Amino acid sequence: MVARAVLPEICTAFLALLVLTVDLAWLTTWSESARKTLLCVVCTLALGIAWILLDRNWEPVAIPTLGWMASPGVTCLKGLIAALTLGSLWLSRESSFTKHVGEYFALTLLAAVGAMILCSTQHLILAFTGLELLSLSLYVLTAFHKDRALSAEAGLKYFLFGGVSAATMLYGFSLLHGATGELLLPKVAMKLAAGPVEPIAVMGVLFASAGFAFKISAAPFHLWTPDAYQGATPGSAAFIASVSKLASFALLAQVTWVGWNPAGVAGNASLGSAKPGWIAFFAFAATASIVIGNLAALAQSGFRRFIAYSGVAHAGYMLVGLIANTQDAAYSVLYYAVTYAIGSLGLIAMSAILENRRGSDAISGFAGWMRESRFLAVCLMVFLLSQAGIPPLAGFFAKFYVFSAALKSHGAPHGVFWLVAASLVASCVALYYYLRIVRAAFEARDLAEAGQAPGMPALWITRAWIGACALLLVWWGCFPDKLLSLLRGS
Amino acid sequence: MNASSIPWLTLLTAIPLVGGILILGSHLPDGQRPRRFGLLFHALSLGVLALIFTQFDPAVGSMQMVERWPWIPSLGTEYHLGIDGLGLLMLALSCIVLMAATAFSRRDIPSGRIYHGLLLLLQAGLHGAFTAQNFIHWFFYYELSLIPAYFLVKLWGGPKRGVAARTFFLYTMAGSAAMLLGFLATYAATGSFDFAELAQRGKGFDGGLAAIYNVRLGLPELSTRALGLLIFFAIFLGFAVKIPVWPFQSWLPLTYSEAPAPVAMVLTGALSKLGVYGLLRIVLPIFPEQVWQTQDLLLCLALASIVFSAVAALAQTDVRRMLGHLSISHLGYCVLAVVCASRITPLDGNWEVEKQAALTGAMLQMFNHGVIAALLFGLAGWMEERVGKPLEMGSMGGLRQKAPVFAGIMGLAVFASMGLPGLSGFVGEFLIFKGVFALVPWAACLATLGLLGVALFLLNYLRTTWHGALSGDSTRFADLTVRERAWVTPMVALILLLGVHPQLALKWLNAAAVLLTERIAI
Repeated sequence: MVARAVLPEICTAFLALLVLTVDLAWLTTWSESARKTLLCVVCTLALGIAWILLDRNWEPVAIPTLGWMASPGVTCLKGLIAALTLGSLWLSRESSFTKHVGEYFALTLLAAVGAMILCSTQHLILAFTGLELLSLSLYVLTAFHKDRALSAEAGLKYFLFGGVSAATMLYGFSLLHGATGELLLPKVAMKLAAGPVEPIAVMGVLFASAGFAFKISAAPFHLWTPDAYQGATPGSAAFIASVSKLASFALLAQVTWVGWNPAGVAGNASLGSAKPGWIAFFAFAATASIVIGNLAALAQSGFRRFIAYSGVAHAGYMLVGLIANTQDAAYSVLYYAVTYAIGSLGLIAMSAILENRRGSDAISGFAGWMRESRFLAVCLMVFLLSQAGIPPLAGFFAKFYVFSAALKSHGAPHGVFWLVAASLVASCVALYYYLRIVRAAFEARDLAEAGQAPGMPALWITRAWIGACALLLVWWGCFPDKLLSLLRGS
Repeated sequence: MNASSIPWLTLLTAIPLVGGILILGSHLPDGQRPRRFGLLFHALSLGVLALIFTQFDPAVGSMQMVERWPWIPSLGTEYHLGIDGLGLLMLALSCIVLMAATAFSRRDIPSGRIYHGLLLLLQAGLHGAFTAQNFIHWFFYYELSLIPAYFLVKLWGGPKRGVAARTFFLYTMAGSAAMLLGFLATYAATGSFDFAELAQRGKGFDGGLAAIYNVRLGLPELSTRALGLLIFFAIFLGFAVKIPVWPFQSWLPLTYSEAPAPVAMVLTGALSKLGVYGLLRIVLPIFPEQVWQTQDLLLCLALASIVFSAVAALAQTDVRRMLGHLSISHLGYCVLAVVCASRITPLDGNWEVEKQAALTGAMLQMFNHGVIAALLFGLAGWMEERVGKPLEMGSMGGLRQKAPVFAGIMGLAVFASMGLPGLSGFVGEFLIFKGVFALVPWAACLATLGLLGVALFLLNYLRTTWHGALSGDSTRFADLTVRERAWVTPMVALILLLGVHPQLALKWLNAAAVLLTERIAI
């Protein structure tokens, strides 16, 4: 029973070691692309078989001493993380950047293990360990392209910001532990709810919140994001944009809903009667993210930086749902995070193809895309419109669930009405810049006119991943309940 | 399988949707073929529509041909389609206008495949929205119709198409966002998106939606009345931008003058009707109390649309901008009728007949205005094609001598638009005035100013451009070709037929108007 609860992590960690061994033992003389292909096949087969063999039909399991929660719904989330990890691994074949293929794969898989831990844990130390496993792997992955100065710069920035924020978070956790004497989230909540909340506990919550804001790249802690997205190789960037964000939100939803629910640390964000607490903090971060993310995205000319800034805005929307602080809202945030992660994977894959074709990721390079590949142009449109929240794509229901959960949280009036209104206005602005790209791709301009020669076509496997992502977004947009019941594990 | 078990309404939405995707995904070269494929799918829709007409019972006012399946249980949303007489006429209008727009399009339009594909998607959006019975479904298609419209303006428009498309898009999106917010709040309070169910809850003075909002949403800063009005205005704004109602109209003249003429036909003929339809189907039944509370304000907005636009049209030099203002003015009458029909009269007598007249008039005006305005924009498009540049008032004169048939058709369309008895434009306006005069006399009196203005500038247009001595660029102006005459004939026939025998359209509307009047009565 207990083994079942940690099986996904064990499988993935074992696979990481296996991949490293295989690569170092037998593949060092092979070419880079052949090594990548073989390791991708190995990973896909291993994770695929593990998924098929995995029994997903059981009652939720809890290991109380470790604060470990596992249920079929959580396992599905981990399956999604594994799938997104595979997607970013396959995407690494789009460019050639390293001789250390085994290490690259092992690090990515270890980061995935960290991400999976975050989905299950309710223990502060374990959560921090998972986050560090994820983050440390990502620092290295960001800087993996050693011949490129941008990559090193991005890695360093990510590391420095990340280090400080990890310290902040740990300090917050320690204050919280000092105030309550507990490390397990449910018990922390009990202690906080039992008596008057000490200011030190609120301080702890705020420090930890700042650390989380960094992980989910919410403004004003987002400064590393554009550089990391731009400097990292496509595979790593896709991983940061999809898996890392999804897992961080999964953990944050757990922490806020299970551990920080008591009103003393929650605070209040309603205009006029605001009270300090994580809700007030995240309301501020959400507003800042939505404004800064959307306005900055409007001004970008590089596609990767554009994705990064629009990601900041999306973090803001998800925070709006989180602030509602209900069970429904937690699931709506997860729904949002999943659809966002899928869309981001697709967009980063697009940026990789764009770079290969045009030599840079300038957005103007999308001109005439429709002429060159109708399939890619349509998929690009699906990703962008889904991120923009246009029905009938999954991104629409993501926003819909989040906003309606926020409006419905009438039991505790946190005053998020104004936040929802502001988010809706901002998503109109967002729609404009998403459509600008779609228009460029569809504009009937000749290649000669646009001054660009047709470049190399994308790998078929990248196309397949892109197609699968687009299909999922359409499918879950038409039948949003399917994904929701998957996440609820029912 | 008998006829009643076929999901006709789904079929009617699916045909253009599938057609649009097929054409967009095809490898058709530029030229005639994309247009022919477009016409084929529009003809198919018309065929299905004809079958729907044969199955529809005009004596029943409630929803017919209902399709209902579970869809998104977590949002309490069903796949729920249905039409009443109003929905039926709107479907007919969208089929006619889209068919005409495709036929009026240039044969050599660049990237015709994408153009005609987008037109079909636009039609799918319209059909989906006109048959939707809950908000999610409605919003799906409402947005779906917006995106193709944006691209049609943006990619094939005139020299200022960028600004036009952007303005159009931002205005409409802002409206949509407000509407979405209003419905989210409504959902949060009631747990339902179903129009009929919400209308049920909206009834009653002491209960009503406002009270539910107050209990469920818990915004202590606002009174019950203020909260109800706030949410009502959010939803009203979405439709007000779409129609558009003054002061939300400033996107329209630019968009209508920059869009390709066939797209302008669709925008004014079919897309703007989504706004009025929304008022009739959503705002009036669900928020009768709020409409009544703000009746004076809304009346002023409607009157401002009618009068200001007529005056603004007088000052235009660009023909298409003038026609755009004309559209605002004409749809203002519909809004006027809808707002007047909300009058609640518990004490001073029975106004049912007048309310029904106003509502029927509004519905009929929607249909007739759609056909007439589409014809006007289509003809303007043909003129531009002949001249090769945007039409300026006074740059041409005496066209009648060169193109007598063209002049005749144009004259007919203009007079129908002015509301000359015997042509279809008259009947709707007459019914509206009949109802409004009894319900709110001062509004009816002020609205006649609009009629005057419209007559003034339309006659002026006929005089300067079509009559008098030949002048300007008009020397090589060709008359309508046989093919063009063939395409114009059905629309002209419709205008004449509904002018002399309005019962043809009214018989579908009466039952729906009666039912709507009962619904909003308290």
